[in-house]
Amino acid sequence: MLRREDRRLLLGHGQYTGDLVLPRMLHAAFVRSPVAHARIRSVDLARAAAAPGVAYVLSGIELARLLPTVPDHQVSLPSKWRNTVKHHILNPQQALLAGDKVRHVGEAFAVVVAESRYAAEDAAALVEPDFEPLPAVVDPEQALKAGAPIVHEQFATNLIAELAAAKGDAEGALRRAPHRLARRFHHHRYAALPIECRGVVAEYDERTQSLTVWSSTQVVHWVRREVAATLGMAEARVRCVAPDVGGGFGIKGHVYPEDLLIPFLARKLGRPVKWIEDRHEHLMCSCHSRDQIHDLEIGFDGDGRILAYRDRFVTDIGAFNPIGSGVMYNTIAHLAGPYRIENFSAECKVVTTNKVPNAPYRGAGRPEAALATERAMDLIAGELGLEPAEVRRRNMIRPEEMPYSLGIVYRDGEPIVYDGGDYPAALEKALAAVGGLDDFRRRQQAARAQGRYLGIGLGCYTEGTGAGPFEGARVRIENSGKVFVAGGACPQGQGMETIFAQVVADTWQVDPDDVVITLADTAAIPIGFGTVASRSTVTLSAAIHHASERLREKTFAIAANMLECGPQDLELRNGRVGVIGVPDMEVPLGKVARAAAPGWDHSRPAGIDAGLEETYYWEPPTVTWSYAVHAVIVEIDVGTGGVRLDRYAVAHDCGVVINPMLVEGQIIGGTVQGVGGGLFERFAYDEEGQLLTGSLMDYLAPTASDVPDIELVHLHSPSPLNPLGVKGLGEGGAIAPPVAIANAVCDALAPFGAEFNNTPILPEQIVAIVQRAAKRP
Amino acid sequence: MKPAKFDYHAPAALEAAIALLQDYKGEARLLAGGQSLLPMMNFRLVEPAALIDLNRIPSLAYIRAEDGVVRLGAMTRHRAVEFSPLVAERLPLLAEVVALIAHLPIRSRGTIGGSLALADPAAELPMLLQALEGEVVARGPKGERVIKAAGLFEGLMTTSLAADEILSEVRFPVPSAGAGCAVEEFARRRGDFALAAVTVVLDRDGERCRKARLATAGVGPVSIRLTGAEAILERGGLSDDVIDEAAAKAADEVLPQTDLHGTADYRRHLTRVLTARALRRARTVH
Amino acid sequence: MSEPVTIRLNVNGARYEGRCEPRKLLVDFLREDLGLTGTHVGCEHGVCGACTIHFNGESARSCIMLAVQADGADLHTIEGLATNGVFHPLQQAFHEHHGLQCGFCTPGMLMVALDFLRINPRPTEAQIREAISAVLCRCTGYRDIVRSIAAAAETMRDNSAGAPR
Repeated sequence: MLRREDRRLLLGHGQYTGDLVLPRMLHAAFVRSPVAHARIRSVDLARAAAAPGVAYVLSGIELARLLPTVPDHQVSLPSKWRNTVKHHILNPQQALLAGDKVRHVGEAFAVVVAESRYAAEDAAALVEPDFEPLPAVVDPEQALKAGAPIVHEQFATNLIAELAAAKGDAEGALRRAPHRLARRFHHHRYAALPIECRGVVAEYDERTQSLTVWSSTQVVHWVRREVAATLGMAEARVRCVAPDVGGGFGIKGHVYPEDLLIPFLARKLGRPVKWIEDRHEHLMCSCHSRDQIHDLEIGFDGDGRILAYRDRFVTDIGAFNPIGSGVMYNTIAHLAGPYRIENFSAECKVVTTNKVPNAPYRGAGRPEAALATERAMDLIAGELGLEPAEVRRRNMIRPEEMPYSLGIVYRDGEPIVYDGGDYPAALEKALAAVGGLDDFRRRQQAARAQGRYLGIGLGCYTEGTGAGPFEGARVRIENSGKVFVAGGACPQGQGMETIFAQVVADTWQVDPDDVVITLADTAAIPIGFGTVASRSTVTLSAAIHHASERLREKTFAIAANMLECGPQDLELRNGRVGVIGVPDMEVPLGKVARAAAPGWDHSRPAGIDAGLEETYYWEPPTVTWSYAVHAVIVEIDVGTGGVRLDRYAVAHDCGVVINPMLVEGQIIGGTVQGVGGGLFERFAYDEEGQLLTGSLMDYLAPTASDVPDIELVHLHSPSPLNPLGVKGLGEGGAIAPPVAIANAVCDALAPFGAEFNNTPILPEQIVAIVQRAAKRP
Repeated sequence: MKPAKFDYHAPAALEAAIALLQDYKGEARLLAGGQSLLPMMNFRLVEPAALIDLNRIPSLAYIRAEDGVVRLGAMTRHRAVEFSPLVAERLPLLAEVVALIAHLPIRSRGTIGGSLALADPAAELPMLLQALEGEVVARGPKGERVIKAAGLFEGLMTTSLAADEILSEVRFPVPSAGAGCAVEEFARRRGDFALAAVTVVLDRDGERCRKARLATAGVGPVSIRLTGAEAILERGGLSDDVIDEAAAKAADEVLPQTDLHGTADYRRHLTRVLTARALRRARTVH
Repeated sequence: MSEPVTIRLNVNGARYEGRCEPRKLLVDFLREDLGLTGTHVGCEHGVCGACTIHFNGESARSCIMLAVQADGADLHTIEGLATNGVFHPLQQAFHEHHGLQCGFCTPGMLMVALDFLRINPRPTEAQIREAISAVLCRCTGYRDIVRSIAAAAETMRDNSAGAPR
């Protein structure tokens, strides 16, 4: 089914937050710190306040007097997890505007509201802060040492969280293992870079004393909850809507200070206020991601079977930790990947530094896990003289072993159980899709003889998807016979209006054109969770399913009354409810809805309440497991260090597929973002905490010329955990490319003894390896 | 990222533009293509008191070929050069180099004169001007003067144009018939500024190299001629060994900087690799 | 001299007039003064391409042009592609081949593609990739955009027996 969203977007009639125009609207511009770490002595706003077109100026110091401090909400942790997993988590609360200190370049400490963004920026340039500079800490390992500058003095440490999980006896098994290897892997700092930056528009209505907040967000209900709490308003008086959102990929998946500050300003000033983040701001205040250093030790036998796995890693969380432990624990939960590992231990330290805060981005901790484990597989192969694919085969959990218990819990506190899948088949299919391994090795040898360097690399992963805690769906049959569904999901390009129209059309046997979907609006459904963590297809479909089940019961009860038969004789067909096997005995859904309405002449049987609507909040039992294998062939230009992706294939399983076209779009999109992370994108800071990548000339996103066509192979192992058998897939593509490419580069440069254990891989690193090898006697 | 306020002028003739430059005593900027200037103004890295828009002066855009020289008005768009039948016929190397600049929408607006006057160290056109020993015409309050390529690029993003001079014409001499030309560039992505680039123009006489002109981009504060490498070729010919020797010499001659996108050493290495590749291609090309 | 100026221009064949400071960017003028929000702001330094329009028939980045430069000019934006609500072959192809997800880069992709296909009506896949490397997309990974443009090129060739619209 083609997308319903397309028409307005292709005509240029999409409505993104930046397109909103309200009468008497004002524009905000933030004043952001040019230094990484400083105490704020004072902020002189006088010249800014007097600038033309300025309506209001505010510093963090002043804001602290106007708004009481509100307890900050990181993502909640279920008690099952808290009782099972060793953890220690401190929460450095972020002020809406920095008042005591600035803690990273880009942190806002004042805001100007004016008649136009131009005027607001002019005035922002006139704000005069008095900073007492403090030494900055930019290396997370340095940040752990005694004497390091402390980002949050109230903790007297930069170590703001520790997590650990274990199974079996990793230490003992390591000691006993016939072979061991130890390596450090650094998955660097990069981020989502949606083409639409963030933005918030807020309007306060005096008559109803209510606020409407439009935000380019993935979590409208969370934003609404925080706005209400921060401003001391009833949730019923705050509405949050995400209009068209130009990409999110996770970094729009939590509440930012601006989400709360703009509504505050709108209410205070009695005029709508608009803030649209510009790209320069975006790079220095929208969250960054990844940035983990892993020290991995693996014990294995002579056949390459893993006997022990011990990982210690450090996450550079930047100046704040808005999400909490989510990303880091995701890493821990995904380190084992598709492999059988009896003795496992992972520990994580989360460290504050004077950089932009670190939050989930497509993959959310899984790419970091994949880099460590998948590089290790190739290194084991290298030690033993085996094919990397063979080492993987020997360690992969086989389909006969499903369901497979990993031995540790997931983020929801439930034991991780891989619920189905054929990892070895995915491996074979991915290799076949790039032309087959044997054929490649022949090509590779022939090429080497000509002085050309080709390599093949693999990246395998499992992915927990469809996470809880819940998602909500409200289903209503209208008098017209149309089916209205509201859900808590928040689309940013996935095609949800289309997917859920398909699901509902299927469930109710109506034409998709008779399905009305409302998403991303707190007014449409009172409780919702939002779209993060590859969850919406799974969770919203299931919620729709269960709400529809209940509603169908009621519908049949009323229809049975109208048709004078039993409910068990009825079926849904073509927008009607009819007696099975009797084509003439049927009644349109709309008529049933009218019959259900309250009033004098209703047609409800006794005991059936008025209305034809159900709301259901589905709480998944736990996550359901997608998986994939990425295979890539690269050619290296050893003169320049340039890496060309010759072929790229993904063998992917996300269970039952609702819309193949949309599924493929998600996988390919994620894969290309992963390629960006592996070869091009990075945030760079100097020792003073200055962000060196402050424009798109320096932060390099991949273009169409940088990536090949990507081949997809589909496997289908339906999920047993939800009624439709679907699994999530939004993030998966981004998990494997950095490590698959690293493995391919190492394979290509094996004659030079190359090891690439860090991302990104840059041409000059390749040249350095080649030159170093050339100098060896 | 909105620019700060400025006075705006769009004169209809070059003389008026020159007069305005003088009036603003160095505080005004010329708006040609704007593809480099506007981004800097949007970041508020530059905040000129005035912009003097050259886009309303039609006499500044033209493409002519006379006496073995391709003459371009300074306001000629990259795109016009890229698709010019005259350039394709007389100086295809120019079209080839221009096609390396950024992307089509940038080339729709960017100008030949603007690029040369900006003298970005990684830009392609200064390199080509050097390799072809071209020249520019500068008009100022005292009249016109011709500045040869060797005397145009003084330092990082600094030319010898005076504050009240406007570049009005660019002249690229066409290489001799039978000359072998090649450009080799390495950038992180297609269309990005060069990490290193070398343009080679060889006048050959059988196996001998009568005259070699090699120019760089991206490997120093200005585009330079690799005179040491040139001498090696003119002395030794175009065999593989001589080419490799010249390429090694080229790596020694450049003064690359280390920045976010590459170290000086790496750029030196690229100079050697690209010089060798360009020479190997140029010696087979007509 | 930094006072507001009057700008008269054609956009999508219709005459418009507006008044703004000389420093106002063309993309902001289109979006705010003319209400044509189909052209998007992604970076304001000429890299992402979401702001690409046609300026006197040639694709150009409107975020690094001034509105005042458009006085007397002929502009085309995404809003002018369809005719009476009927999709241009490019729009139809993007719809059929899933050439858009969030839609934010789409105005840039369409306008660059249109310019490109007029220059090169029979492109190879590599040529299409090179042309659209002028616009960044984070959602699609480009494959379906390339397929959309290839399909549109074919339709446009069939439609006009040689000269694309």
